[in-house]
Amino acid sequence: MNFDFSDDQEVLRSEARKFLDARCPPSRVRAILDDPGRGHDAELWQELAEQGWTALTIPEEHGGLGMSRTDLCVLAEELGRVLAPVPFASTVFVLAEALMLAGTEKQRERLADIATGECIGCLAVHEGPGEPSRAKVNARVENGLLTGVKEPVIDGMCATDALVWARDDNDVPRLYLVSLAHQGVSRTPLATLDPSRGISRIEFRNVPAEPIGEPELLDRLLDGAAVLLAFEQVGGADRALEQAVQFAKERTAFGREIGSYQAIKHKLADAYVNNQIARSNAYYGIWALDSDSAELPQAAAAARVAACQAMWYAARESIQTHGGIGFTWEADQHLFYRRALHLDMALGSPRVWRDRLFAALEMHGTEAA
Amino acid sequence: MDFSDTPQEADYRARAQAFLDAHAIDLPSLSGTEDERLERQRKWQAIKAGNGFACITWAPEWGGAGGTALEAVIFREEEARRGVPDAFFGIGLGLCVPTIIRYATDAQKESLVARAVRGEQIWCQLFSEPAAGSDLAGVRARAVQDGDDWVINGQKVWTSGAHYADYGLIIARSDPDQPKHKGLTMFFVKMDSPGIEVRPIHQMSGGMEFNEVFFNDVRIPDEQRLGEVGEGWKVAIFALMNERVQGGKERGVPAAETIALARRTPTGDATLADDGSFRAAFADWYVRTRGVQLTRYRTLTAMSRGQTPGPEASIGKLVTAFELQEMSRLLVEAQGPYGLVDDPALSMLQAEVHHDLLHAPGIRIAGGTDEILRNIIAERVLGLPKGPQPDKGTAFSETR
Repeated sequence: MNFDFSDDQEVLRSEARKFLDARCPPSRVRAILDDPGRGHDAELWQELAEQGWTALTIPEEHGGLGMSRTDLCVLAEELGRVLAPVPFASTVFVLAEALMLAGTEKQRERLADIATGECIGCLAVHEGPGEPSRAKVNARVENGLLTGVKEPVIDGMCATDALVWARDDNDVPRLYLVSLAHQGVSRTPLATLDPSRGISRIEFRNVPAEPIGEPELLDRLLDGAAVLLAFEQVGGADRALEQAVQFAKERTAFGREIGSYQAIKHKLADAYVNNQIARSNAYYGIWALDSDSAELPQAAAAARVAACQAMWYAARESIQTHGGIGFTWEADQHLFYRRALHLDMALGSPRVWRDRLFAALEMHGTEAA
Repeated sequence: MDFSDTPQEADYRARAQAFLDAHAIDLPSLSGTEDERLERQRKWQAIKAGNGFACITWAPEWGGAGGTALEAVIFREEEARRGVPDAFFGIGLGLCVPTIIRYATDAQKESLVARAVRGEQIWCQLFSEPAAGSDLAGVRARAVQDGDDWVINGQKVWTSGAHYADYGLIIARSDPDQPKHKGLTMFFVKMDSPGIEVRPIHQMSGGMEFNEVFFNDVRIPDEQRLGEVGEGWKVAIFALMNERVQGGKERGVPAAETIALARRTPTGDATLADDGSFRAAFADWYVRTRGVQLTRYRTLTAMSRGQTPGPEASIGKLVTAFELQEMSRLLVEAQGPYGLVDDPALSMLQAEVHHDLLHAPGIRIAGGTDEILRNIIAERVLGLPKGPQPDKGTAFSETR
């Protein structure tokens, strides 16, 4: 039993935290919010790449550091704490993972550009309101050319490459690797709840598309990304709770600190419980991911369901704990609230993941190793 | 992050399995009357003690195996997997006897500890009172010194096992003119002492596992005092800190059985397992129940690394008690009106669900109510300030 991060990973964490405390204060997130056209912080993205963060899990032969996904979780959690406005999940948790899992030798060459930060990914699955289904996907690839409309696509504006879910010549939905630097691609930014993580509509007209992996790749990719994203959410949930606790210790009402009232105490204790539940499920998730366990589908879904619940509750109740000041634009609490909603919907809503969890448990059983 | 047994742990698990398999015929179960179950558990406890599987973490001089907390959990996991209940000895070996080891005289330890480890003697804990539950330091049972004895008068309540216990750990007020937490003294008492009357409490669940215990001029020799006069609160805290890290099976119907039940329960034209709201509710329950189990693995990891477990260990009962209640209700609802049928001959599973449903309110109260546990997390883990304590510093006799 060794169900926690190692000493080396804790060193990685403290270095990462130092770096982000210095380089990604809330003002940097807020700057994107105040200028929503930007969608992400390109300068911070480059700084992260220079630190080797985008290269972390990429094999050495492709210019990466060849470290584990558990190491990557440490960075994910720290990025989540500071609400980093960068396309890290789309690029590192999704595109790089897809290339490493299923890319051809030629496709894997793209990993070197992820390591340098030049290549930014996006996952284009959804086609409007609701959740996607195999029966209803409209985008289609014929003779190697993709046509269709995807929206919303997270990081669609800044991405260089997309993973697009579309039907093949046999009508089977699968993932395609698509370079977005093509005249048949037209992109429109969409206004979003969390402008620090931009979204867009992408229209493809006869754009060259290469199939990547088997049709099952999407599910495997979503499972892996759900685990890694859960760590971002756990980081955000912890930070939101810390801010609420800090405020509750300082703010007084009716002659004493508001944190001495049980109404506040119990709310924040519940947030703490949620965060621990989420963290433990995320650990199970990364164990399953890193050990290539058959339990990954349920572990990933459990990690995601718990993480969505934790960050939403912490962000929501942090505003409530702050009272009126927490409702102002200038307070940081709404940044967490917005990000919680963004992360809730990225990769599909918690509703879908609850269903996936049940399905996985029904198929694979409930007993862990 | 490695979720599986280390080679040493796997080794220990194999030894535990071999021992349990060799004694398959001796393993106690949940069936039979309380007396019958107690008898089988006593025998089983003696077998474990004779083979180094009782009180695994204790030093060998006290009848333990000098093992790690993780080994204790592994053994309990394997026991639970074979349906062995964790009954009768938990309070004694988890809480009372460690306090004896810490505070009693050598001669007392000599006569008491080994017999408790072998299951020959059973202990109960006499802390709660009608007016002192969540606010435990408000105990009113009086201890008055009289020569070499103390004379105890008062009432204890919610004492599990008092009707079969041989000894009890009792906290009483020795000086009412001191503030609440001072002026308390801890003793151990023979449960057959003259003046002790044990009355069962009829619980809302129909069962009678708990008791009221009345003390009428009960004499306890001063040598059975544990800790200094007036230091009883400190001893009580020591006792309560000894609660074990639990191992083994979660309470309630296992997830796999619940899913199987859902799959064979019709609802409309499909089954309950196809029902979105049931699937979602089940997922939420699973994530939280499994989350507590996984959190325990984090605690064990800290222990096996020789670190103090982190505060995350405090969330367990708060989550599991509530989730047991919610899931049990969901399973009743799942059956529709048939969920009311309470006949083990028709459905054993449903009878278990009803049992859980009717016990859950008690679990949410016992050993720290949900509300007290939230206060503890808020104050000790998050560092939020305590609320006003109007009785602080006031002589207990002056408080309400």
